[in-house]
Amino acid sequence: MGATMIEKIISNNVGKEAKAGDIVTVSVDRVMIHDIFIPFVAEKFEEMGFTELWDPDKVVLIYDHLIPASQVDDTRHFNAGNAFAQKYGMKHVHRSDGICHQLMTEAGYVKPGNIVFGTDSHTTTYGCVGAFSSGIGYTEMASILGTGTMWVKVPETIKVSIHGRLPENVMSKDIILKLIGDLGADGATYQALEFCGDTVEQMSVASRMTMANMAIEAGAKCALFMPDEKTAEYCEMTLTDKERSLRADEDAAYVRKITYQAEELVPVLACPSQVDNIKPVKELAKTEIDQVFIGSCTNGRLEDLMAAAEVLKGKKVAPFVKLIVTPASRSIYRQAAANGTLAILAEAGAMITHPGCGLCCGRAGGILTDGERVVATNNRNFLGRMGTSKVEIFLASPKTAAACAVAGKITEA
Amino acid sequence: MGMTMAEKIIAAAAGVESVKPGDIHTVEVDRLMSNDGTTHLTIDMFHNNIKNPKIADVSKLVWVVDHNVPSDSPKTAASHKKMRDFAKKHGITFYEGKGVCHQIMMEHHVRPGELIFGADSHTCAYGALGAFGTGVGCTDYLYAMVTGKSWVLVPETLRFNLSGSLPKGVYARDLILTIIGQIGANGANYKAMEFGGEGLAALTMSDRIAICNLCVEAGAKTALMEADDTALAYLKEHGREPKHVFSSDADAVFAKEYDIDLSFIKPVVAKPHFVDQVVDAKECAGIKIDEAFLGSCNNGRLEDLRVGAEILKGHKVHPLVRFLVVPASNTVYRQALEEGLLDIFMEAGAIVMNANCSVCWGSCQGVIGEGETLISTGTRNFKGRAGHADSYVYLASAATVTASAIQGEITTADRIS
Amino acid sequence: MDSLKGNVWLLGDDIDTDIIIPTEYLALKTVDDMKPYAFSPLRPELAEKIKEGDILVAGKNFGCGSSREQAPEIIKALGIKCVIAKSFARIFFRNSINNGLLLIEQDSLCDQVEEGDEITVAIGDYISHKGKTYPIVPLPDNLLEIINAGGLVNAMRRRNGLV
Repeated sequence: MGATMIEKIISNNVGKEAKAGDIVTVSVDRVMIHDIFIPFVAEKFEEMGFTELWDPDKVVLIYDHLIPASQVDDTRHFNAGNAFAQKYGMKHVHRSDGICHQLMTEAGYVKPGNIVFGTDSHTTTYGCVGAFSSGIGYTEMASILGTGTMWVKVPETIKVSIHGRLPENVMSKDIILKLIGDLGADGATYQALEFCGDTVEQMSVASRMTMANMAIEAGAKCALFMPDEKTAEYCEMTLTDKERSLRADEDAAYVRKITYQAEELVPVLACPSQVDNIKPVKELAKTEIDQVFIGSCTNGRLEDLMAAAEVLKGKKVAPFVKLIVTPASRSIYRQAAANGTLAILAEAGAMITHPGCGLCCGRAGGILTDGERVVATNNRNFLGRMGTSKVEIFLASPKTAAACAVAGKITEA
Repeated sequence: MGMTMAEKIIAAAAGVESVKPGDIHTVEVDRLMSNDGTTHLTIDMFHNNIKNPKIADVSKLVWVVDHNVPSDSPKTAASHKKMRDFAKKHGITFYEGKGVCHQIMMEHHVRPGELIFGADSHTCAYGALGAFGTGVGCTDYLYAMVTGKSWVLVPETLRFNLSGSLPKGVYARDLILTIIGQIGANGANYKAMEFGGEGLAALTMSDRIAICNLCVEAGAKTALMEADDTALAYLKEHGREPKHVFSSDADAVFAKEYDIDLSFIKPVVAKPHFVDQVVDAKECAGIKIDEAFLGSCNNGRLEDLRVGAEILKGHKVHPLVRFLVVPASNTVYRQALEEGLLDIFMEAGAIVMNANCSVCWGSCQGVIGEGETLISTGTRNFKGRAGHADSYVYLASAATVTASAIQGEITTADRIS
Repeated sequence: MDSLKGNVWLLGDDIDTDIIIPTEYLALKTVDDMKPYAFSPLRPELAEKIKEGDILVAGKNFGCGSSREQAPEIIKALGIKCVIAKSFARIFFRNSINNGLLLIEQDSLCDQVEEGDEITVAIGDYISHKGKTYPIVPLPDNLLEIINAGGLVNAMRRRNGLV
C-alpha cells in the first residue's frame, strides 16, 4: 500500500518505512525558539546536563513576541537569549526581523522534506513548503538541542482536496476557517492535514502558509502541501527528485477525506470565542466593531497587506475605529513600503507597527477592554486573548478585515 | 511701558490694555488640548464633581490618544474607550493613533497669538508658532473646559537673543539642552522663555518646536518665539491664518537677557537623571547602550528622521542595540515613507513604530529593563522614566542618538565614517 | 499499580492554553508567580480554591492552543494530581508527560461527575466514582519511561550521566 506525505517524510528521515501509528525517533533538521521561551529552554538545557548544542547551525532564535518590549521584565528574555546564543555559538539570531514562522521560511531555514520543531504551536506553518513541522514545549526543545532527535508517533492523515476557482472576496484564510469549523477544534488532533487539488496548486506559497499555520486550530500535528514549482521559487532552489517524490501515493491510506468546491466558498468569520465557531460574514453583517487588526504569522504577508490596501485605497478607516497593521517581517515591511502598499494603508488612517507578533499574542499592540469588538486576521480568538474576557474577537481574512475597517461594521469585502 | 509677547497674549486673552508680571488675570482660553495621560481623570471629575456639567465651547477642545498606542493593557484600553466614547458623545475633535499630541497641535490647530492650555507639560512647544501654550493639571483643564475661562499669573520673561548659526553636526536639540544646562532645571520657574534675534531667523520650524518644547525642563511656564516669515509660511502651508502676531516691544522689560552665539554650541548629552546634567557629548563617549530612541514631540519630525537616516545609511544598527524610530505623527510617517527614510531605518535593522509617544513616555513601547541604558531624543531622563526604576537615560540629538545606535555606545556622528 | 484519590474540579470542552494561563502573565518570573492567574479568563476564583491532591476533569480537547509549557507546569504547581479529559491537545499532552503531570483520557466520566465529587484513580487501569468504574487505556512504554523518570529533564540527566 502507498504512503501519505507525512509517512514519506518520516520514512526518508529514519531510513526505513514508517507507517501511521509507528513510534519512531527522527533526526531533526532545524529548530526554532522564540523570545518568550528562550529563558526556559536555556535553563532546562543546562539542567539536563548538556554542555553543547548538537548543531548550532540548526538552531534559530527569534525575538518577536516581545518586540518592542512592553514590560520592564521583557528585556530579561533578550538578555537570556543573547547570553545563550553567545555561550553556545549560535549564529542564527533575529532580534527584531519579524515573526518567527515568517522568518523560518522566508530566510530559507526550512526546505521541503525537512523535519522542524519550534517552541510555538503555529510551527505547523512550514508545511507550506512541504516540511513536517510541529510545535513543542521548552523541555522537549532543550532535549532536542542536546540530542538532535525527538520521538514522534507517525500521524494518520486527513486529505483535504479543494477544486475550482475562489470567488473574488474569498481568500485562503476563509478555506482554512471553513475547514476548522467543519472538523471542530479537535477534529484533527494527533493527525496530519494534507492539502491538494487545483485550487491549492494555483495558490501562492503565502496563501498556503495561512492554511498550514492554522492547522493547529483543528488540533493537527502538522499540515502538508506538496512541494511544486511555486515552492521551489519561494525557497530559491531547484527541487530534487527526492523532494518531488514526497507527493502522496494514489493508494495512500487516509483516516478521512474532505473535498471542497472553491466556487461554493464564502467569506467567513470565526466568532467568539472558539476558532471553530465559523459563520458566514453575511450572517453577522452590520455588527458594530471598535478595532481591526491586520497582521500575524497567519495573515501579515505582502499579499495580505496588498489585498487590504486594494480595499482601503482612497477610503478612510471609519471614525472612532482603529486599524492596526503589523507586517509579518522586516522584508515584507520593506516590500510593502517600496510598492506603495504602506502608503495606501497609512493614508487610510492605519497605525503601522513594527513587524512582530503584535496584538495576536495579546501582550501589547492594541489590547481591548470590556464590550469592545475586534476583527482580526490572526489565528486565535480565545477568551481573553486580546484583553479582558468581555472582548469579542472575530477572525477573518485580510480582505474582510479591511472592508470592516472602512465600514466600522462587519461586512463582506 | 512696553510689554513682552507673553504679556501681550495674556492681555488680549484677558481683554485688558496691559498686564505686568505678577498680575493675576481671568482669561479666555483659545484652545484646550488633552491626551490619554490624564483625560480619563478629567472625565471622571466632569461626571462626579460638577453639578449640571457642560462644555463651554466644544470647538476649543482637542483630544489626542498618543501615550499608549496601540494599547498595551485592558486598563489602558478602558481609559482610551472612556475618552473615545466621551469625545463621540460631545463632538470633540479627536485623534487616536495619529501622532503625538503636540505635533498634531502644531500641524492642525495652533495659531499665533492664541492662549492654549494643554494637560501635558510640553504644551510650551506651541511658542514656536507665537502662541502661549502652557501645561495644566486636569482640575485646571476641567475648569477651563466647563467655563471657557481660567486664571493666569502673568510670568516674568527671560529673553534669549540668538546670534550666529549652528555649526554643521550641531542641532537645535543641542542648543536647548545647553541652555537648560546653563540655567538649571528650575532656572525658568514660573517664567516665560522668549527667543529672538537674527540667529532665530535661520532656524527651521522643526528646530523651533524642539527648542520651545523642552523649555518646561528648565521649569518655564511657556516658551515664545515671534511668528516670523518662517512661522507664517508653515501656518499657511497647513491651511491656517494667525489669530494675532505679537512681538515684544523694544522697551519691554525682561527679568534677564541672555546672548547666545549659536556658532559656539557643541553636541551635548544630558546625563541621568536630570535634564540639566548637560555635558559635552564627548565626555560620555564609550558608555555602552542597550537601546536608542529617535522620536517624540521633541525630535520625531521629518527633519530629525532625515538627520538620523543620513548617518545610518550604509551602516547597521549594532546587533545588541534596539534602535526605536518613531515618527511624531502620521503625516511625518507618510512623508518619511515617501522619502525612503523609513526604508533606510528598516534596512539598517531599526525598529520602526507607528506614530506615538513610545519610550519617551516609558510605559509600553520599548521600555528598558533593569540596569539598562537608553540614549534618547525624548524629553526627559528622570529616574525610571523609560522603564525599570534602576535604568539610565541619556538625552541627545538625533545625530548623536543614531551614531550611538550604530556604535553600541555613546558617540557623536563625526565618529561615524 | 499506584492509585490516587481526590476531589474533582469540573471544566468543559476546549479549555485552551490562554485560559489555563493568559499570555499577559507569561513574562512573570516563576511558575509560582503565574499560578494565581491560572484559569482566570474563565474562572478567576479557581486557582485560589484548588487544593493539593485535587483532580481536574474536563471535556474534549483540553489544553488546545499554544505550546506554552507553563500550562501543565502551573496545573502541577497548583497541586493537581492528574487531569482526566475526553481528549487532550497534542502539544499539551507532550508537555505534560515531559513535566511528569499525569493525564488520563476517559470519555464518559466527565458527563457523570459533579464538581466536588471524590474519585479514585487506579493508574493505568480504571477510575472509580460513586461505586461505578470507568476503564482507562495505559500509556505506551516510551511515555511511561519518561513519567517514571520524573519527566524529560530527569530522563536526560540520566542519559548524560548526572543521576
